Amino acid sequence: MTKSPNKGTLSRWLLSGEWQSHRVQAAVAVIAIALGVALGFAIHLINAAAFSEFSAAARSLSGQSDLEVRSPQATFDESIYPVLVQRDNVELANPVLELDVAIPGSSQERKDGTLKILGLDIFRASLMAPDLIGIPGEDKLFDILADDAIFLSPAAMEWLGVKQGDPLPLRVGTQTITLRIAGSLTRARTGQRIGVMDIGAAQWRFRRIGQLSRIELKLAPGIDRVAFKTALEQQLEPRGQYQITETADQETRVANMSRAYRVNLNMLAMVALFTGTFLVFSTQALSVVRRRHQFALLRVLGLTRRQLLTQVLFEGGALGAVGSLAGLALGYATAATALHYFGGDLGGGFFTGVKPTVYFDPLAAAVFFILGLGITLLGSAAPAWEAATAKPAQALKSGSEDIALSKLATPWPGLLCLASGALFTQLPPIFDLPVFGYLAVAQLLTGGIVLMPRFAALVFSAVSSAVGNRTSGTAGATPALTTLALARLANAPNQAAIALGGVLASFTLMVAMAIMVASFRVSVDDWLKHILPADIYLRTAMSGDTRGLTPDEIKALAAIPGIARADFFRSSKLTLDPGRPSIALIARPIDMTDPGNTLPMTGEAIAPALLPKDAIPIWVSEAMVDLYGYTPGKQVTLPIANPAPGFVIAGVWRDYGRQFGAVQMQLADYQRLTGDRLVNDAALWLENGITPEQVIASMRRLPFGDALEFSEPGQIRALSLNIFDRSFAVTYLLEGVAVIIGLLGVAASFSAQAFARTKEFGMLRHIGMTRRQILGMLAVEGCLLTALGAVLGFVLGWCISLILVFIVNPQSFHWTMQLSLPWKGLLGVALVLMASAAMTALASGRHAVSGNAIRAVREDW
Amino acid sequence: MQPFKCNPAYVDHSNRQQHSVSRAARISFQRASFLAAFFIITWFGAAIGFAASPQLSPVIQGVPLAFPHDFGAHPDFRNEWWYATGWLETPEKKSLGFQVTFFRVATQHDRSNPSRFAPQQLIIAHAALSDPAAGKLLHDQKSAREGFGLAYTKEGNTNVKLNDWYFVREENGRYETSITADNFMLQLSLIPTQAPMLQDLNGFSRKGPRPEQASYYYSEPQLQVTGTVTRDGKEIAVNGIAWLDHEWSTAYLDPAAEGWDWVGANLDDGSSLMAFRIRSKDGSKVWAYAGIRDPSGRFTKFEPEQVTFEPQRNWRSPRTNATYPVEMRIRTGSTEWLLTPLQDDQELDSRQSTGSVYWEGAVTITRDGKPAGRGYYEMTGYVEPLTL
Repeated sequence: MTKSPNKGTLSRWLLSGEWQSHRVQAAVAVIAIALGVALGFAIHLINAAAFSEFSAAARSLSGQSDLEVRSPQATFDESIYPVLVQRDNVELANPVLELDVAIPGSSQERKDGTLKILGLDIFRASLMAPDLIGIPGEDKLFDILADDAIFLSPAAMEWLGVKQGDPLPLRVGTQTITLRIAGSLTRARTGQRIGVMDIGAAQWRFRRIGQLSRIELKLAPGIDRVAFKTALEQQLEPRGQYQITETADQETRVANMSRAYRVNLNMLAMVALFTGTFLVFSTQALSVVRRRHQFALLRVLGLTRRQLLTQVLFEGGALGAVGSLAGLALGYATAATALHYFGGDLGGGFFTGVKPTVYFDPLAAAVFFILGLGITLLGSAAPAWEAATAKPAQALKSGSEDIALSKLATPWPGLLCLASGALFTQLPPIFDLPVFGYLAVAQLLTGGIVLMPRFAALVFSAVSSAVGNRTSGTAGATPALTTLALARLANAPNQAAIALGGVLASFTLMVAMAIMVASFRVSVDDWLKHILPADIYLRTAMSGDTRGLTPDEIKALAAIPGIARADFFRSSKLTLDPGRPSIALIARPIDMTDPGNTLPMTGEAIAPALLPKDAIPIWVSEAMVDLYGYTPGKQVTLPIANPAPGFVIAGVWRDYGRQFGAVQMQLADYQRLTGDRLVNDAALWLENGITPEQVIASMRRLPFGDALEFSEPGQIRALSLNIFDRSFAVTYLLEGVAVIIGLLGVAASFSAQAFARTKEFGMLRHIGMTRRQILGMLAVEGCLLTALGAVLGFVLGWCISLILVFIVNPQSFHWTMQLSLPWKGLLGVALVLMASAAMTALASGRHAVSGNAIRAVREDW
Repeated sequence: MQPFKCNPAYVDHSNRQQHSVSRAARISFQRASFLAAFFIITWFGAAIGFAASPQLSPVIQGVPLAFPHDFGAHPDFRNEWWYATGWLETPEKKSLGFQVTFFRVATQHDRSNPSRFAPQQLIIAHAALSDPAAGKLLHDQKSAREGFGLAYTKEGNTNVKLNDWYFVREENGRYETSITADNFMLQLSLIPTQAPMLQDLNGFSRKGPRPEQASYYYSEPQLQVTGTVTRDGKEIAVNGIAWLDHEWSTAYLDPAAEGWDWVGANLDDGSSLMAFRIRSKDGSKVWAYAGIRDPSGRFTKFEPEQVTFEPQRNWRSPRTNATYPVEMRIRTGSTEWLLTPLQDDQELDSRQSTGSVYWEGAVTITRDGKPAGRGYYEMTGYVEPLTL
């Protein structure tokens, strides 16, 4: 071929010829890749935008400080402030009181009814974080120091629907205080909802006299931060428990807070891409099979193996490139839209109070492009290799298609995948992430799909012979269609298996996710029932740092007639590790004879009688065990007083509400140790014959009755499950996309097969079958294939759901759950899938049987 | 007697000028400085919060000053300052001017707030060094709320502190001050050689035609200075002569006032001269005063009509375009005084940081044409309000 036409021309010519005649298949493959890439890229962009905006917002609150001094508790005594101001090498010490303050009457209308308010000393904050300085109205410059003024960021004003000059009511305990909106924080970050006021006014108005949240330090130039930190730690040690953190710690904390969630979302996106790979593989494999004669002819005419290999890979690469580029564009648009309409957390609740905007990340785009292209090439590699290594003489013969794919039927790689997957389930998490869990999922999926052809052959041969046996007995009982379809599936299993790959992958993942979510939901529901035993729950505000009922108010509440029992709760935050989000400390009456009556215990517990006599017991959530090693029986200290009192861990309880850890203790112990007499919430049991309405009405008549919020367990459960469903909404969406990709796979492979089988159909027409019958046969094939896919998908999905439920969830979120199978939903989806597969098969076949029967057969020369 | 450090627009009550106030304030905010706004507040907070200050004491004629108590702070009055200015001489016989000022401002913040952070009293300090070799002033300022022992003005005796800056009067009457500014350090002892000089009507200093336009005001002239000035890491021993003003009031300026010219001079014969005039917007004299005390303690007071200020030579600031009458002839009765600056550029342009511009500098003074002594001269209200 020395005088061959330009190789490029040939290549282009082959490519365009193929694509022009099979536009649908090419389009489907491109769409699959595009969807996978788009999903991954969009999730990455959303996460990156949300995370960076959240970090930036958090950073903007601490200005240009080098270090921060905090306490394990939310606030600490201000007495170390002058010490830090006057300490050597401290250029500037900026005291901050930061509180999340409840907005009265907001919990119905707003998801997060608290406003972050910073109390600042303007003379110091203006040097540390000038962006946090409010702009007062004309001729009211003194408002910056006023005892009743607050400055709100534009986002906060918009959120609250207020403007400069308006009053701003805030809930402090059961009281409502009203501040004056004196101006705006024009340089707050877009979307950041914060308020700033004088630190002295904030201490007074929010009843935090003498308390600070943190002191930010700016060191003199040239001071070694690490050495300074160590020295200061030593200096402060005798004064109480203080944590000295760097800005980096704060980012670590933010990262830790949302990491599991982000990684899990990214994994789902990878799954979509993974499914797309199978689709490309099936498209390419079928296209190669269909063109075996063509390729063999080209080889005979002098095209080298290498050229042929390059050609097939080039075709796949072109699909991948187009699909990846489209995916990047789609992903960017999706991310922008999602951020605009749903915010950065996609309903996950991790990044409230910021408004991230998407920005194009060229590096990530390159990675996702390469990923999309790479997996397409990977998907094309096997077919390309087959096309290149086929012996031309053999390939020119008719009926060699299935032999071509028989290499795929080797069971070893598949078995190896399954075995390694099983092994991975036994490995521990890496950096708190269930890396091996996800790898095990991938291995099981791959193994299952690789083993598919062999399995399909086995099953369909068995069914075929079983049906055949029965048919010989009762002649004509089984329609010829089924026999034909079964025979086809049993004897050419490889093509069938390829069609099945996409279905299997998507259905498996769908099943796995559905089982996981259902298990989770059922567990949460049971848990809610357990933790909400009372008749009425009462609180002053849903969240925030200024909640609390005073002892007098508690007495007044408990004295209301009709109440059989009233349990009061005090919850607060503790930071045990500056690099991790704070844990929740809940103090409440706990039934000492059986803590399981109060807490949803997991079973790991020390019987109360076996506890050391003078030890103070605490009960920890599962996350505490994973993150802090708080195993039952262990002696620990908690920094709730100075010096930190010691406790013994008496048991582990299940907590789906706080993935960063929670500790419960007796309210009496807590009050004795801390002197904190306030409570946040109350659980009320009513006497027989008393309705909640009666008690609520009496409580409303108390002087502070207007500030109380009541809810019944049913409402709390409904609300909690609603939040649960919302946080899984994005999961449902991803599942949907995976299924669509799977169905596209069915369409692609059936239409490919239908074309490849034109000769077969022509033959069937010759022996008397009608077009209708052929189409029926295709539908039956589709149905049977999908049924097998569904059954296998179910088995595989169930295995994967075990990994998700028992490995991925406990390792990412630190909670365990019981397994529940949503039979109805799964069956429904399986039926819909089968029906759509049959329809797809039909639609794809319609074109193939429309041609002239004679011409179809004549091709077989 | 140096209350009005800033653009007169800020102390004006007319609508047009109020507008300029807020506009100027806004500009300084946009320049990323809270201090800017703050400086304006503290200076002119009194004017702004004038109507609602029931808990603050008025300045009443006939209340005698009582020492040592009146050396200390008077937190019941809105504004108070200790203002030390003087001439220093280096071992090379080079002259330097210095200014160390501490202000206290009572805010409107609720007095029942028990927080130790409650900003009930604000402390502001200002320091400048005038060196003809530098060609302009070196200056720095600080501000803070009183509290935690970090910033305070104590009652009973002069004892003011703002972080590491302080100004303290010891039992023997000697003042100690230490200033660590951005680009220089001052460590000075100021030793009295004479009794305090009570200004105007036994320390009741009238500032305008209305009775409430007044302050309590005494000076400590003829203070001997010893100490060190540190620049570029080099410590230089200095000695010299200084003037201290201590003044407190609640309401003072006449609405028509635009600016202020003031001088305090230690005369070589041991006499002391203080003179000021308040200018109105139309250039006329709102008020004027002069007081001279001779070494024997004989005090001569001049009424507004006996005091005139006549500009002799102008200097135009390249930074602000303001024109200052840096050489000024003052007549007190039949005596003629002439002020000549140590250097022309003693303008304190701190619009980037504090939003205020004024001229505050060392001057030599002649009496009827003969060299008579050295002092400090201050001019405010010569910069037009910022316009966009």
